[in-house]
Amino acid sequence: MIKRYADVLAVNGLDLIVAAGECFGLLGPNGAGKTTTIEILEGLTPPDSGDVEILGTPWRDGEDGRALRERLGIQLQETQLADKLTVSETLALFRSFYKQSHTVDEVLALVELEEKRNARVVTLSGGQKQRLAVACALVSKPELLFLDEPTTGLDPQSRRQLWDIIRRFRAAGGTVLLTTHYMEEAERLCDRVAIMDHGTIIALGTPRALIASLGAEHVVEFALSEGIPESLTDRLRSLGGVTAVRPGAGGLSLTVTELHRTLPGLLALLQQLRLELSSLTTHHATLDDVFVALTGRQLRDT
Amino acid sequence: MFQLALARMREFYREPEAVFWVFGFPIVLAFALGLAFRNTGPGELQVGVARVRGDSALAAVLDSSPRLVATVLDTATARLRLRTGRIALLVLPGDSLVYRYDSTRTESRLARLEVDDVLQRARGRKDLAAVRDDRVVAPGSRYIDFLIPGLLGMNLLGSGIWGVGFSVVQARQKKLLKRYMATPMRRSHYLLSFILSRLVFLILEVVALVGFGWLLFGVAVRGSFAALAGITILGAFAFAGLGLLVASRARTIEGVSGLMNLVMLPMWILSGTFFSYARFPEAMIPFVKALPLTALNDALRAVMIDGAALTTLGAPLAIVAGWGAVSFVIALRIFRWR
Repeated sequence: MIKRYADVLAVNGLDLIVAAGECFGLLGPNGAGKTTTIEILEGLTPPDSGDVEILGTPWRDGEDGRALRERLGIQLQETQLADKLTVSETLALFRSFYKQSHTVDEVLALVELEEKRNARVVTLSGGQKQRLAVACALVSKPELLFLDEPTTGLDPQSRRQLWDIIRRFRAAGGTVLLTTHYMEEAERLCDRVAIMDHGTIIALGTPRALIASLGAEHVVEFALSEGIPESLTDRLRSLGGVTAVRPGAGGLSLTVTELHRTLPGLLALLQQLRLELSSLTTHHATLDDVFVALTGRQLRDT
Repeated sequence: MFQLALARMREFYREPEAVFWVFGFPIVLAFALGLAFRNTGPGELQVGVARVRGDSALAAVLDSSPRLVATVLDTATARLRLRTGRIALLVLPGDSLVYRYDSTRTESRLARLEVDDVLQRARGRKDLAAVRDDRVVAPGSRYIDFLIPGLLGMNLLGSGIWGVGFSVVQARQKKLLKRYMATPMRRSHYLLSFILSRLVFLILEVVALVGFGWLLFGVAVRGSFAALAGITILGAFAFAGLGLLVASRARTIEGVSGLMNLVMLPMWILSGTFFSYARFPEAMIPFVKALPLTALNDALRAVMIDGAALTTLGAPLAIVAGWGAVSFVIALRIFRWR
């Protein structure tokens, strides 16, 4: 699948199969081509070349396209719903587009917005607006739910509420395709993820398998008060349990299999070289580290 | 489609400003213009007499006329008052009298006639023909009778174009149109919902304005109410179509506002809302008559003032319907759905 905008290749040769009942995540920094990809899949943007099949059917105009849309639930990244309508009026409107749908009360219960049913959209918080947008996607009783950055810009509590909504939809047998630039979100929600960068998929698999592909479970990041001498990198590689050494945020980042063996060795080495630490942190390897390992860039700053 | 139309109406009546501009503004305008042009004749005209010897006599003669108020003025003050329109005409006394006035101002031309009449009679002119005034005060031929149908037409134009145009572009800007496209909604239903909701508000608009004119100024509808309803419905359809066309491509509110003014301003001026379009040069009249608002105003006046039947109004109604149908079809073709 290829999509070109003027002279920018937004999506460049992308092959993807999402299985029924799965929660699949498209991950990547802003501008990686996630939204273009998901809008092509939603039938809102035609691809320049390539084939798309949704629930076993390609996109067609007219009656067939409408029949397919009956079975989908879609939340777009930038939609602002009408400010002057109330929550239940908005849902009644979206409900009227579908042949079969949840009642307003049912879908309000799904997203836990019952107490806001008569509030106007303009008065809702960011998290409540986003839950309403997901409710508009769920109102059609979809088999397949598309969510484009559903939690971007939300506070942690609102994010968790949305995760619960998505988990409940999955538990009822639904398939989910979502995009996000939060690796943590993908790790928690998705069965499989595809990491995108510059319009292509650079890694595909379960979150666990992708992290395992780093060859180690821990990451040690440190910085020195007087900068990093060049010779240090090679000596660190020969420390026990270190599988990779990369420049990290303001210092070096080590990928490590066994933290309890490497850490004393690292401290002893620095003492021997009379180098003073200005910071030292360790964490379990995450999909963020996978992205850094694949692209050499931090996910958040790009 | 019913839900879409319902949503449109709710969005509208929850916007107090929009409600004022559609219902309140034309009524305020009708009230103000109705007061300004009520049937008391032209009233008293202010004229000036330049300060030279013997002028007070001249001013006294002019003041004795019930329709003139004469003031003696310095040259500088007189010039300023003449320029700002506080006096309609300035008399410069002398061996031969000089009338200084702006001949494009109706008031000044009236003052010229009145002043000349008074002065000539004072110097002994005799009228040769016997005349008698018969003033028309019957409803149907006053300015307010002319104005109310014009305001009705202007209101249909404004609310059609504003009501449809702004909400379409707003939905496009907020990506709401794109969101609707992601549902099985039919595109034609979306466009028709605007016409349906316009129809409901149309009834309120017409009743408010016609009712107001009737209660306060006794502006009656001489023709049948069914004919009036038919014409306004046709007009509302046509202008909703025009509104859709104006909004069919624009991406921003600013962009569509410019387009709306481009469409509406010429019609406000040309289409005989506040004054008869017969004042424009002969060569322009066929063009002016081809405008939808001109045709609608003509039809409304024919029904309200002359009591014409719908069957006699084929030509203007065909123009209105034609504009509506053509713009709706073009809008549907070129509409930007995302």
